[in-house]
Amino acid sequence: MSDLLEINDLRVHFPVKKGLFQRPKQYVKALNGVDLNVRQGETLGIVGESGCGKSTLARSIMGLEEPTSGEILFNGKDYMNADAKDIHHMRRDVQMIFQDPYTSLNPRMKAGESIAAPLKAYKETDRVEKRVRELLELVGLDPDTDYHKLPHEFSGGQRQRIGIARALALEPKLIICDEPVSALDVSVQAQVLNLLQDLQKKLGLTYVFIAHDLSVINHIADRVAVMYLGKVMEKVDAGSFQSQALHPYSRALLSAVPVPDPSEERRLDRIVLNGELPSPADLPSGCVFHTRCPLATERCRTEVPVLEEKHNPNQKVACFHTG
Amino acid sequence: MLKVDNLHVHLDTSDGIVKAVDGVTFSIEAGETIGIVGESGSGKSVLAHSLMRLNPEPPATYPKGKVYVNDRNVLQMNKKELRHLRGNQVAMVFQDPMSSLNPVFKVGKQLIEGIQAHRKRPKKEAKEKAIELLRDVGIPDPESRIDSYPHQFSGGMRQRVLIAMALASEPKLLVADEPTTALDVTIQAQVLDLLKQIQHKYGAAILIITHDLGVVAQLADRILVMYAGRIVEFGSTQDIFYRTAMPYTWSLLRSIPTAGAKRRLIPIDGQPPSLIHPPKGCNFEPRCPFATDACRHIDPDLEPRGDGHQAACILSASEFESIKEEVASS
Amino acid sequence: MFQKKTNVLALCILSLIVLATITAQWWLPFSPTNIDPEKRLTAPSFDHWFGTDDFGRDVFARTVVAAQVSLAVGGIVALFATVIGTTIGLVSGYFRKVDFILMRVIDGFLAFPALLLALALVAALGGSLINIIIALTLAFFPVMARVVRSATLQVKNESYIEAARTTGASHFVVITRYIFPNILSPVIVQSTFIFAKAILAEAALSFLGVGVDPSTPTWGSMLQEAQIYLTIAPWYSIFPGLGIVITVLALNLLGDGLRDAFDPHQVKRKPRTKVA
Repeated sequence: MSDLLEINDLRVHFPVKKGLFQRPKQYVKALNGVDLNVRQGETLGIVGESGCGKSTLARSIMGLEEPTSGEILFNGKDYMNADAKDIHHMRRDVQMIFQDPYTSLNPRMKAGESIAAPLKAYKETDRVEKRVRELLELVGLDPDTDYHKLPHEFSGGQRQRIGIARALALEPKLIICDEPVSALDVSVQAQVLNLLQDLQKKLGLTYVFIAHDLSVINHIADRVAVMYLGKVMEKVDAGSFQSQALHPYSRALLSAVPVPDPSEERRLDRIVLNGELPSPADLPSGCVFHTRCPLATERCRTEVPVLEEKHNPNQKVACFHTG
Repeated sequence: MLKVDNLHVHLDTSDGIVKAVDGVTFSIEAGETIGIVGESGSGKSVLAHSLMRLNPEPPATYPKGKVYVNDRNVLQMNKKELRHLRGNQVAMVFQDPMSSLNPVFKVGKQLIEGIQAHRKRPKKEAKEKAIELLRDVGIPDPESRIDSYPHQFSGGMRQRVLIAMALASEPKLLVADEPTTALDVTIQAQVLDLLKQIQHKYGAAILIITHDLGVVAQLADRILVMYAGRIVEFGSTQDIFYRTAMPYTWSLLRSIPTAGAKRRLIPIDGQPPSLIHPPKGCNFEPRCPFATDACRHIDPDLEPRGDGHQAACILSASEFESIKEEVASS
Repeated sequence: MFQKKTNVLALCILSLIVLATITAQWWLPFSPTNIDPEKRLTAPSFDHWFGTDDFGRDVFARTVVAAQVSLAVGGIVALFATVIGTTIGLVSGYFRKVDFILMRVIDGFLAFPALLLALALVAALGGSLINIIIALTLAFFPVMARVVRSATLQVKNESYIEAARTTGASHFVVITRYIFPNILSPVIVQSTFIFAKAILAEAALSFLGVGVDPSTPTWGSMLQEAQIYLTIAPWYSIFPGLGIVITVLALNLLGDGLRDAFDPHQVKRKPRTKVA
């Protein structure tokens, strides 16, 4: 399979300004050298805790954030250095589904209008209504009754379906899902996850699926990338993530998730990480994880580990202690 | 130590009366951990707030039922008695650790006030007690951290401070309303561990409210499943997870993704019912995969399904077992 | 909105005043300019409901006709100030690069009291109806720009704005279709307040003698002419004064009512509560 999206050494640094006219002295390093590739037709899951840079990554791919350096290649073409017109055309192939279905829809726009908006933005004005009806049906809403309703008349799950229909309107190739189910109730979560999987099969979509919930990622992703403080710590096939994750941070994350099974749950040897996330404005030297890592040694404090193949070609880990 | 008897809580809204809690009966023994599980709108938070009478009135009213803490009815207490209850017997840990602390006072000051409200003692002694509490909840270097402001703590540390404040009154019951929802998984693991240690050391009963079945599986001795303002199943953690006796609980367990096996999720169709005009029969009937005609008319009560295990469903334990087997084999 | 009695009352009063003013020429018993030297400064009577002024003109007719000018000035100023202020506020709140410059200009305007600014402008431009409208618009749009800017900044951070951007919406579409409809409520509320303030300011300018051409009666100029007769012919001052008070009060009540109706955070009689 070929790579649909390739990200090379992407960095996004935000200046921290102190005072009105002063030059920034510090930078928040939200992304600090991220390498990723997304293959045609797969779901790449990105996990990490708040502050790991996963949302900044999504925003950079969508062109909402200006990267400091690095490359984003879409279909082999450089996204960042293209001119405005090319970007406008490229962007229709990459769409996004947002986290909060309560704030991601314009409260004064009817469901049908929200879904039609991207079509209008790309001047595809003929047969808009028919297309919107198809989309409503595709995501499991009723084209007759739901077309003219305002967002507040829908439940959270239904709103998320509208958001999905809007993302599908331009027939994109890649969809960035930024925590699409974390604001939903568990029973509704399953509805939306199933819908996303069905759509992928039917329309041949590629997903970048961002979540903090490991069980959701495990369920939906083909490959998983674990992020910590603006870096990718480990990349592995989703099938072997649970059992064969090597990076100590991945292991800690996996063991921290409470499993909904009492006997399993009480048997587990939990790795409880000490301490808190360091500030991204003042990153630790060496491996960024060393301040909380149970395996950290002197080398970790001074040297930065790179992502390297471990055990099999589908697993890359950035750690000195994983043989 | 806590007994809730046929409690009804209504919320008077512009759309009508919301029956947020609609006839709930249960009790908590000293030192045990009970988990309340339910989706948003199931009334679990309103129920928890009722135990200390913390729901704003209006819109909340308590038309029926009783809440006994140590044989005293909370719903009939006057202001002074309520203050005594909140300061000494029941304490609450809220979901959002940022908005539950006063941002303009030092953490130590807030903690010392809590300690002195519980029992009058000299400032110096109260401060020592505050430092001890902060150490108990795992805050490093409590002697200097006591002079920090809330914004100088991270989310996880703030939640620890809140737990320390709850413990200041040496409560018999700690009500934790989604205490880890706002936290990251690794921090959540720390806080859940802390709650277990605390219970061990202080011997308080814990009532934990959550939508996360994983959290209750880890922490609770008994679980109470709420749906549309009612308890639909109540039993030991083992009962709920392995001897499920109510279609809602069963559907809920099947709808969550589990590690390892990549099976297709089985969602619960539809939406929870309106609490202003609940269905005439069983509340879960419109979404229930096994609903029959009878379910549309009969509103089932909680009935025993074995030792300490109760469920609200017209299907008997054996009938439901055979249906489950049927589904599993197909 | 219509549940509160004061809101309904304010709306009724305003409708009545507007209706009366518009149709005045067909039913007024006297012309406002009809001079009758024999009836100078007569007290209110069955013929002259509000009495007469120092030229024997009917105060009732003059008060009603004066409302035409006051309402027209207030309405047009409110409209212009709203359009200009909203445009500047939207642009300023949305594009951060122009924000700094635009807001310093607005701050400059706001540094002067609105009335003083209007007074200086009218003094410089000359006192005609158009100049008064220009002056008052310049005096009141900065407030609107500030209000709209802060509302825009708030709405801009909602994720539906980001969503619109990612689906290819242009800045113009984002501003007009996504931001503007969501900030409409503070705009409407603020414009009713500007309406009221403009009526007061116009009256003040006329009272100070820099207002509209003296031949057209306005509430302000009537008060100015009446002040020397205050002790012997109080009706001459009272009725135009009442006109101002009632209109401004009704507008302010309406504005408050609209704000409550639009603002979901305000406690209503039966609060809508989220069940969690």
